[in-house]
Amino acid sequence: MELTITLLLFFALVTTAVAIALLRNLFAVVMLSGVASLLAALLFIVMDAVDVAFTEAAVGAGISSVLMLSTIALTARHEKIPTRSSLVPLAIVSLTGMVLIYGTLDMPNFGSADAPVQTHVGPEYIQRTPKEIHVPNIVTGVLASYRGYDTLGEVTVVFTAGLGVILLLGGIGRRRRRGKGQS
Amino acid sequence: MFAFVTITIFVCMVMIMIRLFAGPTLYDRVLSLNTFGTCTVLFIGTVGLLFGRPDFLDIALLYALINFVGTIAVLKFFRYRRLGDAPETQEIATSESEAPQ
Repeated sequence: MELTITLLLFFALVTTAVAIALLRNLFAVVMLSGVASLLAALLFIVMDAVDVAFTEAAVGAGISSVLMLSTIALTARHEKIPTRSSLVPLAIVSLTGMVLIYGTLDMPNFGSADAPVQTHVGPEYIQRTPKEIHVPNIVTGVLASYRGYDTLGEVTVVFTAGLGVILLLGGIGRRRRRGKGQS
Repeated sequence: MFAFVTITIFVCMVMIMIRLFAGPTLYDRVLSLNTFGTCTVLFIGTVGLLFGRPDFLDIALLYALINFVGTIAVLKFFRYRRLGDAPETQEIATSESEAPQ
């Protein structure tokens, strides 16, 4: 059953990607990319990576759709029909895809118990987290305590970036509106 | 039983994707994205029950929140042409007169 659902979701994901490549209406492309990231999130959930799935849904379907829509508002709604043939880009993309698939051949199978992650680091965290941190969820324990400085650094970087964007763009909007009021 | 429900929801998602691909107007597409998000929420719930892990239901609730906020953001953007700060009354009047696509 799990295999069937995974295959169906992958089929829908590939269909969405082909539709994105075919469509010229950029608004529809943005909506379809939101659908693609929701499908990817569902695949992550089927693979039990719930936190990754949540990030994918929030960033892919939420933030990046809005960013793309802002870009469309500044540029154009329809894509120009390309004059040059797209065979070379297709070949490059296929080649990159094949290289990536070749790279996964050496990796251990999904969920296999003798993968290096499961034999060294995983058991250590599973044994130590309940005693040392007293958090029932081990992933939360790792992120918030063992890698606490890492998470603090990430949060600082994101906060600084957001502050910079607000200071730069917020000032522009206010000035433009004040100028409009005077004229 | 849960397998049947899951497959049915997936069929609904495929039909919504067809509408999203073909949908002539902007609002068809916004509505289909919103409905697709709702189907995602249902799919997470049924998949969690199908694989015997109903703790995923909380996450389905979070997806419903993201879906709601995202749809509001898209619609607000198309109404006022910008996000964040409040629009002026003059702009509302002008944006009402121009019919988007």
